[in-house]
Amino acid sequence: MTKEKREILIFLIFTLAVLITPLFLRGSYYLNVLVFIGINTMLAIALNLLLGYAGQISLGHAAFFGLGAYISGILTTRFSFDPWLAMIISALMSGGLAFIIGFPILKLKGHYLAMATLGFGIIMFIIFNETVALTGGPSGLSGIPNIHINSLVFDNDLNNYYLIWVITLMVMLLSINLSQSRIGRALRAIHDSEVAARVMGVNARVLKVQIFAVSALISAVAGSLYAHTMTFISPASFGFNFSIELVTMVIIGGLGSIYGSFLGAAILTVLPEFLRVLQDFDIVVYGLMLILMTMFMPGGLISGLRLIGEAIGSRIKRKSVSNA
Amino acid sequence: MLKQMFRVVISVLFVVLMAGSAVAAPPIKIGALFAVSGPASFLGEPERNTAKMMVDEINKAGGIKGRQLELIVIDTQGDATKAVQGVNKLIKDDKVAAIIGPSTTGDTMAVIPVVEKAEIPMVSCAAGVKITDPTKKWVFKTAQNDALAVPKIFDHMKKQKINKIAILTVSDGFGSSGREQLVLHAKQFGIQIISDETYGPKDTDMTAQLTKIRGSEAQAIVCWGTNPGPAVVARNVKQLGITLPLYMSHGVSSKKFIELADDGAEGIILPSGRVVVADQLSKSDPQKKALLNYVENYKKHYNVEGDHFGGHAYDAIMLIKGAIERGGDSPAAIRDQLEKTVKYAGIGGTFSYSAQDHAGLTSDAFVLVQIKNKGWTLLK
Repeated sequence: MTKEKREILIFLIFTLAVLITPLFLRGSYYLNVLVFIGINTMLAIALNLLLGYAGQISLGHAAFFGLGAYISGILTTRFSFDPWLAMIISALMSGGLAFIIGFPILKLKGHYLAMATLGFGIIMFIIFNETVALTGGPSGLSGIPNIHINSLVFDNDLNNYYLIWVITLMVMLLSINLSQSRIGRALRAIHDSEVAARVMGVNARVLKVQIFAVSALISAVAGSLYAHTMTFISPASFGFNFSIELVTMVIIGGLGSIYGSFLGAAILTVLPEFLRVLQDFDIVVYGLMLILMTMFMPGGLISGLRLIGEAIGSRIKRKSVSNA
Repeated sequence: MLKQMFRVVISVLFVVLMAGSAVAAPPIKIGALFAVSGPASFLGEPERNTAKMMVDEINKAGGIKGRQLELIVIDTQGDATKAVQGVNKLIKDDKVAAIIGPSTTGDTMAVIPVVEKAEIPMVSCAAGVKITDPTKKWVFKTAQNDALAVPKIFDHMKKQKINKIAILTVSDGFGSSGREQLVLHAKQFGIQIISDETYGPKDTDMTAQLTKIRGSEAQAIVCWGTNPGPAVVARNVKQLGITLPLYMSHGVSSKKFIELADDGAEGIILPSGRVVVADQLSKSDPQKKALLNYVENYKKHYNVEGDHFGGHAYDAIMLIKGAIERGGDSPAAIRDQLEKTVKYAGIGGTFSYSAQDHAGLTSDAFVLVQIKNKGWTLLK
């Protein structure tokens, strides 16, 4: 089996699994959890394109998520736009903003880039919080309409599940394609050595800004979907903590792996349910996971799974050989 | 012989089991959403403690109409996303009959669409006016509106012939709602707001804003926020030697504030629920009994004095208890009976709900208190 064929097969199996899962979860609250996992998967993939492929850190990605949510929320509640149109506008505006700030910001490297994106995240949080007349301030923006297609309104968990996951699958497909293309290879080249990449003729400066904009655009779509499924948004959901949570998702799942992003998003969405007993100390567990992950499994959980898979595979092979 | 003994054991077991199942009708499940951790934990923690204490007590006294209560607490961390996930779990997984909380206005607004759709009654412990205005069918609240606190302060100012004031509000949900009410009521009272300053929830120094206020013609300062910000303001006022009267909101009516503000707290006037001055109330006050009972009980369990915020959870539990006693324990019955609550004298005030009013309190819910000798004094 060629690599491409295998990639397609894995995606089809994943799609099938996503589509039939609700049949086993009718009316259960886990469907609601899966809706949030879908949104977080989109965000993790968006950040992974930047962090995992191009090797550029962003500690302010919650800001693009919030920007998408707020632009969409404000356009639909205050100017009665159609949610779909609002989603497209919010995605384009966030992507455009990322494109503009990307040029100066992405000139920075390492800690300086981390600081700049962190600052951007905090600035956006303050804007969400302080422009009370527009965003409703700290007590939030309510009454955001649900998305609908003609008479089909996405206002329950089952409908939302399909809405979010169909778009998530589209984002996954796009990202897998991107990562296997010439651009994906160029990004990985930048990741390994920017100087070498430029010597080989990769326009690193523009490419980094472009992937930053794509990443922001996907985050904004996720934000818009979040706003329309929750019908309420408040700044607390788009703060610094959430930016860190996103980075954790990507690293725990596996840098540079699309399915790893799904794994990381799923774990970080479900984990708080189990860590509730620890209250404020849950952050310690996240920190510990990050440390252990980078020390012992730098490729993330997905690489761990792959290792286990290979071990089992080779054992079966060995057995069949000895049997023969 | 052995067979006979076996038979006896079995029949005894059978009887015990039957008796057990007869007593243990399934408990009535009450869900609770509190911001136990995170920046709003000063609300969520006493609320959770109080709710647990009350449910234990109700169960020890034989439950409600013979049925035990089961409290399921979920920590929202003051984050709307977690609140919505939590409320979905409570409704779909735990199948609760009613919900108390959330602690903050933001969390409450986030979960309202969910409870309205699932038709589960919810008694919020947050103060925001928009929670019950406009009235939502399934949503009630126990915390006093900011709209009731502001006139208390302005009344007092009028008596002192104060006409020009400076306001200093925190930039979070509580502060922005308070600021709105201050601006709104100032016009009605003919009070002029000369200086309108804000500060961030985590700021540790407000001398810049206060220096500006000192230079203005303001005759008094109103600070609107929850701990720890106002304590910093109080200390800064003292350090800067500002002698203007300082008014604060009900957001600081806990012992913690006096500890934090130290000497700066002396002389500050604020509207508060009656809980902090329970022992100074006249005997005819309808709330006195509930208040003293709550304060003592809380102290016994948790070694600190019960405050205003825990009181919101106390009222929520007692209101739901009353509703179940009068009607059934289905969500619809609880809602209908909640709406018929008349003159329940609790911690936050005397509640009377109606189809139009799901907030249930009048300006009578607040009294003005002054901080003297590190304690509370009722201003008459």
